[in-house]
This record gives sequence, C-alpha cells and structure tokens, in this order.
Amino acid sequence: MVQWLMLLFSPQAQVLDLPAVNHNPYTAEADLQQGRKLYGSRCAGCHGPSGNGGKGANLAVPSLPRAQTDLGLYKVIRYGIAETEMPPANMTQREIWQIAGYVRRLGASSTEVVDGDADRGRQIFAGKGGCLQCHAVGTEGGVMGPSLTGIGRRRSPGFLRSKLLDSAANIADDFRAVEVTTRDGRTMSGIRVNEDTWSIQFRDSAGMLHSLWKQDLSAIDAVRRTPMPSYRDVLDGRDLADVVAYLSGLRGAN
Amino acid sequence: MRLLLFFLSVLPLSGQVTFERILKSPTEPGNWLTYSGNYAAHRFSPLNQINERNVAGLRAVWSYQVNSLQKFEATPLVVDGVMYITEPPSHVTALDPRTGRPFWKYRRTIPDDVRVCCGQVNRGVAVLGDLVFIGTVDAHLVALNAKTGAVEWDVPVADYKAGYSLTAAPLAVKDKIVVGMAGGEYGVRGFLDAYDARTGKRAWRFWTVPSQGESGIDTWAGDSWKTGSATTWVTGAYDPETNLVYWGTGNPGPDWNGDVRAGDNLYSDSLLALDADSGALKWHFQFTPHDMHDWDSTEVPVLVEGQVRGVKRKLVVFANRNAFYYVLDRTTGEFLNGKPYAKQTWAKGLDDRGRPIRLPNTAPTLDGTPVWPAVAGASNWYSPSYHPGTGLFYVAVREAGAVYFIGDADYTKGEQFNGGGFRSVPGEQDWGAVRALDPATGTVAWEQKLFSPPWSGLLSTAGSLVFGSTMEGQVFALHAETGKPLWRHQTGGQGHANPISYSVDGKQYIAIAMGNALHIFGLE
Repeated sequence: MVQWLMLLFSPQAQVLDLPAVNHNPYTAEADLQQGRKLYGSRCAGCHGPSGNGGKGANLAVPSLPRAQTDLGLYKVIRYGIAETEMPPANMTQREIWQIAGYVRRLGASSTEVVDGDADRGRQIFAGKGGCLQCHAVGTEGGVMGPSLTGIGRRRSPGFLRSKLLDSAANIADDFRAVEVTTRDGRTMSGIRVNEDTWSIQFRDSAGMLHSLWKQDLSAIDAVRRTPMPSYRDVLDGRDLADVVAYLSGLRGAN
Repeated sequence: MRLLLFFLSVLPLSGQVTFERILKSPTEPGNWLTYSGNYAAHRFSPLNQINERNVAGLRAVWSYQVNSLQKFEATPLVVDGVMYITEPPSHVTALDPRTGRPFWKYRRTIPDDVRVCCGQVNRGVAVLGDLVFIGTVDAHLVALNAKTGAVEWDVPVADYKAGYSLTAAPLAVKDKIVVGMAGGEYGVRGFLDAYDARTGKRAWRFWTVPSQGESGIDTWAGDSWKTGSATTWVTGAYDPETNLVYWGTGNPGPDWNGDVRAGDNLYSDSLLALDADSGALKWHFQFTPHDMHDWDSTEVPVLVEGQVRGVKRKLVVFANRNAFYYVLDRTTGEFLNGKPYAKQTWAKGLDDRGRPIRLPNTAPTLDGTPVWPAVAGASNWYSPSYHPGTGLFYVAVREAGAVYFIGDADYTKGEQFNGGGFRSVPGEQDWGAVRALDPATGTVAWEQKLFSPPWSGLLSTAGSLVFGSTMEGQVFALHAETGKPLWRHQTGGQGHANPISYSVDGKQYIAIAMGNALHIFGLE
C-alpha cells in the first residue's frame, strides 16, 4: 500500500501511462511510413532529415546509448531527456511507436564507412591537432570545449568531419566564445556557459567561473564565434580520416 | 441573528457574474472577470497602487504548484475574492487570492489517447452567473458550480479521437459561452461554437472551412476542405456596439504542403467577425492566403479607437504570427494599415487591400527553404496589451527564422497531418523583444530586447507599467512610456503564460504562471 502510494505521488508516477508491451507493436511498412512523416516534422529539426545529427544526437547508428531497448526508445520520445534540449512529445502511443520504428530503421540503414586509422588519429588528436587543450577524453584534457568522451555515440562520422573543416558551424549553445568589456574598461573572455536578458555567465581559460550583470558591461561580443580553429589547412585528407576514425570510436560514458 | 451575520459575512465570496459586470469590467478593477481583462482584449489593469515609483519594492507573496510537468499556460480569473485557475491537462482549482490555499478542485480524467499537438495545456476559464466554464483536451465543454466545483453540465464539443481538443479559455457573451477548438495538425475541420450557458445546449456553430455549396468553397481544391483545419484555439474579443465576436483562425491543413489544397483556403489564417447572437459571418479578413508555414492567426485581436489618416475609426489591431501588424476597421473589416513588426523574408509587403505580396522561392521544399519568421511566428497565442493612458500597443516579439520542408500529406483520421516539417536555421541566434507600437500605424515607439524569443504575454497597468516574463525565468516590469526595465524577479521556471493584476483587501497583486507554479507578487 505504501509503495503504491509512493508511486502515485512520486515523479515516477509517469510510468503509469507507459504501454503494456516491451516491444514495438507498430512495425508494419505503413507504420514505418507514418513514422517517417512524423519524424520529418517532429524530430528532423534537431536530428537531421536522415538522422545523422546536428543540434541533436546522431540517430543513424546501430545502438542508441539512451535507448537500447524498444521501451527505452519509447520513453525517450515520450518524456524527453531532462536537462537536455530533447523535449517530451505529446503524441499517441501508436505515433510514438511509429517514430521509434523509423528511428530504428535509420540506425539499421546507416552505411557510413569509417576507413581511417584510429591509432594514428589519436596521435594527431593529442599531437599536432592540439585538441586536448580544450577537449577532454575521459579524465585527460581541457574544459573549454565539450567533452569528447562519448562523441562517437552521439555524432556521425560525417558530422565530425564537417565540424573539423568548418568549426564555426553547429557551435554548442553552452560553448560559445565570449568577450566582455566592463564599464570601467576591463576586458574578460572565456566560454559562455549561460546568458539571459540581464546577466551572463562564462568560464575563463583558467577554468574560473564568472557571472556579470549586463548593466555593468559596456560591450558583449558573443554568440557566433568559437575558439576552435578550422583544420582545413592543418590536416590533410588522410589525417582527417584518421582523426574521424579515432573520434568515431570514442564510445565512453555519456 | 448571529448565524445570519455569519452567513452574510461569507456570502460575498461568490457573487453573480452578470454579462453587464463583464461589460463594465473596468469599473471593478480589483477583479479580472474575463480572459483578456475586458471584452476589448486590452489586458490592461486600471489599478495603480503598484506603479513606476514603487515597483522596485515588489516581492513574491505566494506561489501555487501544479502537479503536472505539462506547460502551465493559464490566465487566472479573480471574482469577488476567489481566483479560478486551470491546471494542465484540464483541471480547475479555486484559490484564495490572499493565501494561495485552494477552496475546491475539479479534476478530470483524460483518456490516454487524446491528440494534442503541442502539449496537454489549458489557458483558463470563463465565468458567467454562478458557473465556471472550461474546455477540455478531450474536447468537452464543462460547467462547474463556482462555489463548489461540482459539475453542472458536461457536453461533448467534438470527437477527440479525430484530433479535436479544447485548450483556449471560453468567452462568456450575453447568455452564451463561445468556445474555440484546436487540432490543426490533425486535419480537422475548424469551427467556432457558442453554447447556452445555463443548459449547455449548442446555440450556434460557425464552420471556419466552408463545405460544398457554401461561399468560399472555391478556395479549396477538390475535397481538401474536408481536412482544412482553420482552428480557433485562442480566445477572441467582443464589441457590444457592433455585437460582433472577433476571433482568429489557425493554419490550413496540412501545415506545410500547400500543393494538395490549391487556393486561398478560406477562412484559414483569418480574423472573423461573427454576430454574437447567431454566429453569422459579418466580415472576414484573411492575413495569409494559402499559408505554407503554419502561421496560425490565433493571436488576440485588440479593439481600440483611433485616428487613421485623420479619420476617427473603430479599429481592431492584430500583431500576426506572419510578422505583419494589421489595422482594420472593426465595423467593416476594411484594411487600413499594415507593416512588419519583426524580421520577415516571405513578402515584399502588403497591397492596398492588405493582401501579402509573396516573394518567390519562399515555399517549403524537399531540401528546405529558410524563411523568417519561424514556425512559431513573430508572435503567437500569448497576449499583447493595450494601455489607454499611453495609447500604446505592447507585443512580445519573437525574432527567429526556420528552414521549412515539404512532405507527404496522406490523411488518416486522428493521425498527424502536417505535410512537412521544419528545423532551426543553422548558425542563427534567435532573440526576442517587447515592442511598443502606435496602434494606428504600427510605428515602434520603443523596444526592450530579450535574450530569447518569449512565450509570455504582456499586461499593462495604470501604474505606468508593462509586465511580462522570459524563457530564462524572470518576471519583469518595464516603464510603459519608455520601456525602461524597473523590476525583475527570478522564478526558476520558463514563462508560458499571460500576467494579470487584481486586488483584495485593498492591496494590488500581479499574478503569472511560470514553470509549473503560479506566482503572486505584491508590495510589502
């Protein structure tokens, strides 16, 4: 009785409207076609028209870390992922299953070939690429850029390749370079971690956190810049393929 | 005798809300009797205890948490010492506006297969007589006893299994309850209904998409009218002099594939002026003929008096989702003025009759077409405000574009019927603003920038203030004449609602839902 009451009043009460089945009951071709349509309007905005990622994670992979089972995928679509930009979806159970089925097909049909030498890629990453200055892999590396520990699970090889060549595209919202000037003439810079109409928070190159009221600032230069360089002139075609192979193989936590 | 005195002291808690009281709502500024504050939809409070001189001292008084993680979009009503709010999905709670403690609760069980595109939300109740009215996400209109919350009647408005739902606050006019419907992403056929407030019997229905043999059917190719949508999911306005109800309509279905519905698609994306007694169409004005970007014209029409080119006119003004601001004569529907109030890249401008002059290459494509404004528009369902003292029209503006895609459009009852999709424009930083416009011309008087595109409406008050909120959690007050920020408070929840003001025991309060709680502010 007590457990039942806890279920009723706890945040986990949402499990009450989960489907009674663990496996997707809507996988007929017509369901997949409906799922494709729903995906196009509801998911493609962040995950890309063919699921290979963008603002959202790469879905064109054989296994999704947050949704390894059918029911797990259903829950991610239905309830979203807290503290991320993945929102809950208010659709019928059938529609959610149809999208889930289509997402699995995206994974199954992924044909991206990674043919570089991952070991050589790791050496370039840590060596002439200088990537660890800003990015962490596991416990090694910097915090000025996003951690790459599990990047191979979240981003497609194609996305990683284009990011290395065109670093200004798809800058993560919480990793934008910012330079501010205070009204008394001081200049500070770092990576923006948050901002609203009246305040801004950032991390400087020493890792220190700052929070300033905009009324105390005379200038804010933010948003469209990233300290990440383009590797177009740094890496040749083989280097690039090797780094992408290395990054695609990073499948650690998160 | 003592017992009688006891009853007399309790009774004033729930007086009768007559049509005349709502008509004269500015004469009882302590109450908030209808969704937009008055029938002209000004969302203006004549209270001035909280004003530009003391607003810096505004403090949180109480808050009320809702037990739902759905968006909390309700506008509260306040009637003679009782506040009525809706909670997601379709609940009603009567609160003590002094303490935030509930008097009664109406809790509705919602079938788990309701279809609502964008959240199981509700934006508020209507009150008339001693009844409280709510439209539900399973497409019923329910009348509750204002004193107890007991169900007086409960009538189906439409079939929720076909994608119909009710999310808007109903509008009480005379002896009727006017209620709009939602479902524009499910290929429904739109309508606006009025019900006898006492019995729940339907008094009239205006179909917002004509059928065979009716005027306007030639604006739909083939049978496309049957899934034409043109929903009515935001509360309109009423003018007792013209006896017209003014109500906006939503996108044509399917949203992004216009190929399957060649024509102007009347009366989608329009403002309708309907006779309040019969529901007969007096005039219509279509903002976006043959819409392909999901620009519902379900914003709040605001009724003002003004001079246009030297002539005094009865106006209805409208900040549309399509990024144009419109000034119409509300007696005739004649287009008088219009201009963009946010970035737009889809039209060269408006012609002499207010029809957009569309630019080429702005329709959704298989590869995607970037267009401003975004799907959510330059404005949306949240309310603007008109201040009769400053004479300014205030609107929260969304500055964003989208990449629009065309897709298949095969209709199945109860399934999403979108015909495409959208994504954000890569590399673009969206932002927002509160803008004050001259209502007769749309000329911007001032602007206060916001970091992100807002989802919060605005309230102006006789204290020379404009209240609103942000997606980053702040409730704010701006100076109504200059836009200067005078006060803000961090609530920790996103703003998806409209503010109101009321007073009890001689004290003025500001109320707004933020995140999953209703927040009340007052002076110490």
